[in-house]
Amino acid sequence: MEFAFTQEQEMIRDTAAAFLAEVSGSEDVRAAMATELGYDPELWQRICTQMYWQAIHIPEDCGGMGLGYVEVAATMEQMGRHLLCSPFLATVCMAANALLLAGSDEQKTQWLGALCEGRLTATLACNGGVSDWGADAVRATWRRDGDGFVLDGEYRYVIDGHSADLLVVAAREAGSAGGQGIALFLLPADSPGVSRQWLPTMDQARKQARVQLDGVAVDSGAALGTPGEGWPLLSRVLDLAAIALAAEQVGGSQRLLDMTVEYTAERVQFNRSIASFQAVKHKAADMMLQVEVARSAVYYAACVAQEALEGGPLGAELAEAASVAKSYCSDAYFAVAGDALQLFGGVGFTWEYDVHLYFKRAKSSEHLLGNGAWHRERLAALLLDDAVRADSGEAA
Amino acid sequence: MKVSFSEEDEHFRTEIAGWLQDNLRGEFEKLRYRGGPGDEHMYPQERQAWEQRLAEGGWTCVGWPQEYGGRACSIEQQVIFFEEYARAGAPGRVGHIGEGLAGPTIIAFGSDEQKAKYLPGIVAGTQLWCQGYSEPGAGSDLANVKTRARFDEARGKWIISGQKVWTSLAHESDYCFLIARTDPDSVAHKGLGFFLVAMDQPGVEVRPIVQITGTSEFNEVFFDEAECDAADIVGAPGDGWKVAMGLLGFERGVSTLGQQMQFQNELDQVVALARENGAAADPVIRQRIAKAHAELKIMRYNAMRMLSGQSGGDGSLQKEALIYKLYWASWHRSLGELAMDVMGPECEILPAAPYELSRLQAMYLFVRADTIYGGTNQIQRNIIAERGLGMPKEPRGNA
Repeated sequence: MEFAFTQEQEMIRDTAAAFLAEVSGSEDVRAAMATELGYDPELWQRICTQMYWQAIHIPEDCGGMGLGYVEVAATMEQMGRHLLCSPFLATVCMAANALLLAGSDEQKTQWLGALCEGRLTATLACNGGVSDWGADAVRATWRRDGDGFVLDGEYRYVIDGHSADLLVVAAREAGSAGGQGIALFLLPADSPGVSRQWLPTMDQARKQARVQLDGVAVDSGAALGTPGEGWPLLSRVLDLAAIALAAEQVGGSQRLLDMTVEYTAERVQFNRSIASFQAVKHKAADMMLQVEVARSAVYYAACVAQEALEGGPLGAELAEAASVAKSYCSDAYFAVAGDALQLFGGVGFTWEYDVHLYFKRAKSSEHLLGNGAWHRERLAALLLDDAVRADSGEAA
Repeated sequence: MKVSFSEEDEHFRTEIAGWLQDNLRGEFEKLRYRGGPGDEHMYPQERQAWEQRLAEGGWTCVGWPQEYGGRACSIEQQVIFFEEYARAGAPGRVGHIGEGLAGPTIIAFGSDEQKAKYLPGIVAGTQLWCQGYSEPGAGSDLANVKTRARFDEARGKWIISGQKVWTSLAHESDYCFLIARTDPDSVAHKGLGFFLVAMDQPGVEVRPIVQITGTSEFNEVFFDEAECDAADIVGAPGDGWKVAMGLLGFERGVSTLGQQMQFQNELDQVVALARENGAAADPVIRQRIAKAHAELKIMRYNAMRMLSGQSGGDGSLQKEALIYKLYWASWHRSLGELAMDVMGPECEILPAAPYELSRLQAMYLFVRADTIYGGTNQIQRNIIAERGLGMPKEPRGNA
């Protein structure tokens, strides 16, 4: 057991922090979020050619750097800290994981190679427009048509869905329910029958889209894994994405704490810095507690995620670790953001100061991939419901 | 970053788990899940006998260096030991103050004579210790100690007078380590000495405090011209605060992992009850149980981070260590409330008159101490803000 970053991981984190401090300042974020694309394509190309973050945990034989999910989490933490506007979450932490877990050699060669070279962005579309992020969220349908498949349905909350080149879409066999009948398909976004619509969002720094499939025909080579048996795969993809998102939440929470400590030290009222008031100090202490606890949850979950990708024994804890991390980090980020806004006082309420960017991100990331209550109910079912316990092999 | 244990360490886990299974039976069977905070009054003699059984197996002071009778276990193995100990339901250690606090302090700051005199009794489980820090006027403001130590040249001994309070296990203990003022004109943390005092002498009186639970594990200890050998001051007169603060560092050690396993045993009891009495169907209870479960998991991860990391170069605690007390104490207090809410109206009904509490009822009441002793939640927040975040220090009143 060595539950601390290795020197190499520290270097990756510090390099990311230094790079993002340079390229993702407040003005950069505000410029990117005002565009419909939502990120600066030149910056993304710079990341892809200089930092290789898009290839970070993709194996070397697929053209990647061959690092692990701890490195993904360390990088996401820094991205969250600097609110980097980029297609990283959707491309690397969603679509690439689906390919890594279930892609055939042919699919990996075709898509991961292009992804590693920075020629392709991708995303995951699975939610039909509900607050449940389990199997019931999958509403779109598939049916066989000769050797291929035909897909129909609508998705909401698709991150970068209006701009991604490749869509990993989840659908269910018409008439199926729950975890039955689910399949994942690889779908180039320009396929006939695919329509995409950018949705304006309160958190402008992360773009969401609605994706509509009308009788989209795909050939048999588009299926990821075995059609109809895709729920365990989708579930793992969502868990891996949730862990990365939780890492981003930790980075955002840390930044809010740092900003708050700095601001309250400078702000003078009643002839003293407001940081000297115990009411302020105690709120800041509670913020720090939440940030550090969230960080412990995420680092552990990242280790579990790494084993889940490698097939290690700890991988069996993936669902639990993801729900522990995502529930705690979601609630912590929003609580810390609310406290930061309060301690900034009036200026925290303005468009000019950056607090609102984080406050908005805290809420958008809370509800993306399941909020705290949703993940806690998932944990409760594991602990309290016999059917679920038996299913997961944990029955007493 | 790696969170799994090596094959060698897993072998060690099998060894200690097997030993506990073989020994925690017969006369010791009744000690399972007994003792520890909130239940410290139960079976003190039997638990001391258990302490000696542990010593025979070489399972006391596992983290101490071999030259002092320890097992020199790595951090990982100590973690495993405390986890398996609690998992087996082995009783709260009556020797923990000696093993975890007095011993490490003597090893770090004590003379060779003190080491030879006191360490073997701790390792053998034959001599028990208590801690004399708090006083009626020195709670959160620990440095406001009034107990005096005067050196009597004629007798060649330190003479100690004053009152200590909240001293757990004082009535069972052979020795007390305490801080007392060696310079009567000094204030705050200056002019203190750190003493090792025998409890069995005419100048020491122990009076139990009846707690919110109706039971007593804390005591008041009165020192009236109690004697302490000249050789039994640790460090020089005036060094007491430095020695005492060094000791606080040991308190945040690996035994926290065992504490968490005890918390896990309590949470398991709450979960089992919820499944049994139907509370598990209540969506609000489900949320609270899941939250308690998630936060206990993270408590373990946080402790693992704490144990893997290096402390700051100036000896200061890392951030994850600074928040630790506030986090576990608040968590445990919430668990007590959850336990009563899972019980529902049944939580009011006692197992027996006059005031016998069930384990969960006793836990619910006792956890109110957790957010008070060892630095209240409010003091913890001051420490976090000042040391963790560099915010301004609280102004002090004039003496």
